[in-house]
Amino acid sequence: MNIRSILIANRGEIAVRIIRAAKALGLRTVQVYSDADKDSLAVRMADEAIAIGPPVAAKSYLNIDAIMNAARQAKVEAIHPGYGFLSESADFADAVAADKMIFVGPSGDSIRLLGDKISARQVAEKAGVPTVPGSDGRVDNLDSARQIVTQIGYPVMIKAAAGGGGRGIRIASTLEEFERYFPQASAEAASAFGDGSLYIEKMIESARHVEVQILGDGENFVHCFERECSMQRRRQKVWEEAPAFCLPESVRIALCDRAVALARQVKYKGAGTVEFLYDQKTQEFYFIEVNTRIQVEHTITEEITGIDLVQEMIRIAGGAKLSIKQNDLKAEGHAIECRINAEDPAKEFMPWPGLVDKLEIPEGDGIRFDTLLYPGYSIPPFYDSLLGKLIVWGTDRSDCLVRLQRALQDFKISGVPTTIPLHIALANDEDVSKGEFDTKFLEKWLATKFTVASNQNEEVA
Amino acid sequence: MAKIEIKSPIPGTFYRKPSPDSPHFKEDGADVADGDVIGLVEVMKTFHEVPAGVSGKSIKFLIEDSEPIMAGQVIAEVEA
Repeated sequence: MNIRSILIANRGEIAVRIIRAAKALGLRTVQVYSDADKDSLAVRMADEAIAIGPPVAAKSYLNIDAIMNAARQAKVEAIHPGYGFLSESADFADAVAADKMIFVGPSGDSIRLLGDKISARQVAEKAGVPTVPGSDGRVDNLDSARQIVTQIGYPVMIKAAAGGGGRGIRIASTLEEFERYFPQASAEAASAFGDGSLYIEKMIESARHVEVQILGDGENFVHCFERECSMQRRRQKVWEEAPAFCLPESVRIALCDRAVALARQVKYKGAGTVEFLYDQKTQEFYFIEVNTRIQVEHTITEEITGIDLVQEMIRIAGGAKLSIKQNDLKAEGHAIECRINAEDPAKEFMPWPGLVDKLEIPEGDGIRFDTLLYPGYSIPPFYDSLLGKLIVWGTDRSDCLVRLQRALQDFKISGVPTTIPLHIALANDEDVSKGEFDTKFLEKWLATKFTVASNQNEEVA
Repeated sequence: MAKIEIKSPIPGTFYRKPSPDSPHFKEDGADVADGDVIGLVEVMKTFHEVPAGVSGKSIKFLIEDSEPIMAGQVIAEVEA
């Protein structure tokens, strides 16, 4: 591998995770930091740390010039972008390459191709990956619309091409409804957006979010099985599981196979995730998007496969061939990740930064906590509220849930409110135990079943 | 005349205007009603409106735009 030193262009728990992986590979680690992060765990752990600007991310973690200056100053061979920030910036990947350094991830062109919704959908179709059935663009009149709907079946969503954020959407369950709503939707779109054009998409009523972890070295491609990430609030994942227990074996195999086909189609290099919607009623799956970076929930895949994905992506970036063959890969047991956020579940998940004075972290077989915390750390208000991820492995899903319940009971973070009480309630919920949930479950459940006293410190309130 | 303090319910960064190019929610000296928004607090990538919570006259801000703020810190005073 032609990497001896690496700069981490990120912060928080993922920076800590990358430093650990890089050190295990014997690399010199260089952490960049904003003024708000000079006391961060990542800065303490790295071999070197370089200040890159003020707390505002636009002037530090999103500032390509500042990061490239730090990389030149530190004379590193490679830059790991983590997730968020510049991790899916094709321009950043290009800038790193232009400076004769290695971007730990796919090329700028790959990021561009897969980052654009329309070109990514085209790639998926070419690779034989099913996409959500629909009109593939605008529909001009009711006649052609009727033809499309007859093909894809009900219910369908009629959406305004110029709309967004859920506005201008109508749902039709019969032809009669469709014929009534279509002109209404067009008129409404014309007056609301100044553009009456519509498009049509099949509505997936009870959808699961499933995703496949892929690895590629540009020539060889494998999947590391899949994850179930339907437990979401405001489109943010809260709790993730691996494998996706909701899938029948034949569907699971097809899903992973299609994800590898997509990776092969673009000669993918690095670690990536292909996201899908899964329709529980019809057992069909549909491509959503590709994330060309390491994901927050990569940990549960590591727990069931025994692969260190962050080390693997650094090795690939360093020119090594994929060290794993598909046939050698086995998924063993079950893993769940709970995102622990500095948010108050009793106050509509209001984020709450502050000083963490005491930390009691659960320990034991199959328990892992990836975090940015240490006792006495003051969480800055400038970045997202993720404090860490509790990851629990068990021999099967029910064993995993039992271990998770115990781990959560032993888990204390004092000084700030956290989402631990939410996870305790979820881990003890009957529907969750049965595995019966979809992407709409959590918000309904929070509104009807979840009550919690504030776990905020009294002196703060 | 009695002064009433308006405090920030949460820590973060305080803004006196809804966007960088907008005018202030309230100018110094303005009167405020209970439900009037007097500023925003940005915390962990989310924005929260701060309502006056009181009615009063002649508001005086004790904190500048874009400054860090603690929970419970006084943002402004009004005359009852």
